[in-house]
Amino acid sequence: MLTMGGFYTLLYKEVLRFWRVGFQTVAAPILTALLYLLIFSHVLEAHVKVNGIGYTSFLIPGLVMMSVLQNAFANSSSSLIQSKVTGSIIFVLLPPISYLELYAAYVLAAVVRGLVVGTGVLLATLGFGSLDFVAPLWIMIFAILGGGILGSLGVIAGIWADKFDQLAAFQNFLIMPLTFLSGVFYSIHSLPPFWQHISHWNPVFYMIDGFRYGFFGVSDVSPWHSLGVVGACFLLLTGLTLQLLRSGYKLRA
Amino acid sequence: MQSPESALAAIRVEGVSKRYGQIQALNGVDLEVQRGEFFGLLGPNGAGKTTLISSLAGLTRPDSGRISIMGRDVQGDYRAARRQLGVVPQELVFDPFFSVRETLKIQSGYFGIVDNDDWIDEILANLDLTSKANANMRTLSGGMKRRVLVAQALVHRPPVIVLDEPTAGVDVELRQTLWRFIKRLNQEGHTIILTTHYLEEAESLCHRIAMLKAGKVIALDTTENLLDQFSAHTLRVKLSSDAASESHAEKEIAGGWQTFPFAEFAEVETLLARLRQSGQRIDEIEIGKTDLEDVFVKLMQGQGH
Ligand SMILES: Nc1ncnc2c1ncn2[C@@H]1O[C@H](COP(=O)(O)OP(=O)(O)O)[C@@H](O)[C@H]1O
Ligand SMILES: [Mg+2]
Repeated sequence: MLTMGGFYTLLYKEVLRFWRVGFQTVAAPILTALLYLLIFSHVLEAHVKVNGIGYTSFLIPGLVMMSVLQNAFANSSSSLIQSKVTGSIIFVLLPPISYLELYAAYVLAAVVRGLVVGTGVLLATLGFGSLDFVAPLWIMIFAILGGGILGSLGVIAGIWADKFDQLAAFQNFLIMPLTFLSGVFYSIHSLPPFWQHISHWNPVFYMIDGFRYGFFGVSDVSPWHSLGVVGACFLLLTGLTLQLLRSGYKLRA
Repeated sequence: MQSPESALAAIRVEGVSKRYGQIQALNGVDLEVQRGEFFGLLGPNGAGKTTLISSLAGLTRPDSGRISIMGRDVQGDYRAARRQLGVVPQELVFDPFFSVRETLKIQSGYFGIVDNDDWIDEILANLDLTSKANANMRTLSGGMKRRVLVAQALVHRPPVIVLDEPTAGVDVELRQTLWRFIKRLNQEGHTIILTTHYLEEAESLCHRIAMLKAGKVIALDTTENLLDQFSAHTLRVKLSSDAASESHAEKEIAGGWQTFPFAEFAEVETLLARLRQSGQRIDEIEIGKTDLEDVFVKLMQGQGH
């Protein structure tokens, strides 16, 4: 095992942790995304075109990004709450690992899980539509930043929650609505003006929109605008999470 | 200013207090443990032993006071301080995703140690864990998990080792294996700090003992002095049951046995004479040494000096 210090080892351990139960952490979310695709495209493919793109093709990047985001959140939050509840968190708290290293390892592992699942969803659904991969760099940037943001949120939720049902509440009442109501399944231009306006306050909308731009070169707002919003969110959440870890909140009470 | 002696201390605790809501878990604890000592930290449940250990380890931030390990401040110089310390926690915790060897390799990596296989093998052998090296943590019995916890605390060869009730609910075999190994580490120069409920264990292992009660150190001395301080011996007599019991005994034990502590053997005669005068007949007599349990009970009842 090649490790250079606390950070690398913790990152390695966090990646190994989800990989060991990959059936549950990788295969299951890929299957879920595939089912969404089959059902929605079956119902809508013949009737809907978005920005001149066939519905199934339009849907695929949305599902990929939704999987990236949800799994990034799931990884850091479930790892933290599990080790808090079982007490094994002390193995990470006793060594000379700084809060910065802690943050970087948990969030990077979350991004890795997000990208692994996202790639899986993409490969599983690729054959159903036609994607152009117009701007791969945009695809990568939004996937990584989005995974980082949700990974950070997962760290916050995992630290804050004392019980699994509190974490489930966080997931069901915040993460799920934000990701579902973000334009995964539709262009927000198809919404009534009021809901369009509301959607512009949802940071996940910009993640999905920017990510999708990378595939088709068309989007609801400019990718630069999306990058600004997503980048700002990333910095804000990183600052918040670091502050939380530095304070020792609930971890070193 | 630190005196050179204090700078040499393995552990230095100065005025440490910690409150959890209404509970004052630690109340101005001062303590110094010298390098190479085998030190006992005793006290009833809730005395604050685990809170003190958590404060040493940086798992808890005290409300006030300072702690250093081998001269390194646990807050200001936390990286260096944590390298000096190995902690065996009281709770039986484990990471269910990994095997014993993986667990130890990962723990080594957290301390920045890449190639630790030789030392890991040695720890495993000394704790009779070699045959379980590739077993998943989930499949181990409680005693085996406890051994892994000890192993995890040792991966980075810490000069100071803290064991929080390592033998609670553990079989005799493991207790012996564990103490053989810990004694050896102590002889090789490691400082050992132990909390335990088995007072015979503390009595036979520890050079010095601190007794904690309600977050305060109420006694701190060598094991020998603590035992001496409370009369070195006890007289136990079994009285005929009919006599009226105007008792001077420290404690009455079932079956008519009564215990009297004394310092000098000359006192035995006086004690026996007094019993005779009060008209009691003695069936049997035993003379024994005070054990740590007697000291402990007295201190906890607030009769300590
Ligand atoms: N995290 C915590 N939250 C609230 N109270 C605590 C916490 N940890 C310890 N205590 C309380 O502090 C006191 C000391 O506990 P502890 O240090 O575990 O004692 P010991 O290890 O000597 O049995 C107890 O009254 C305990 O209930
Ligand atoms: Mg305790």
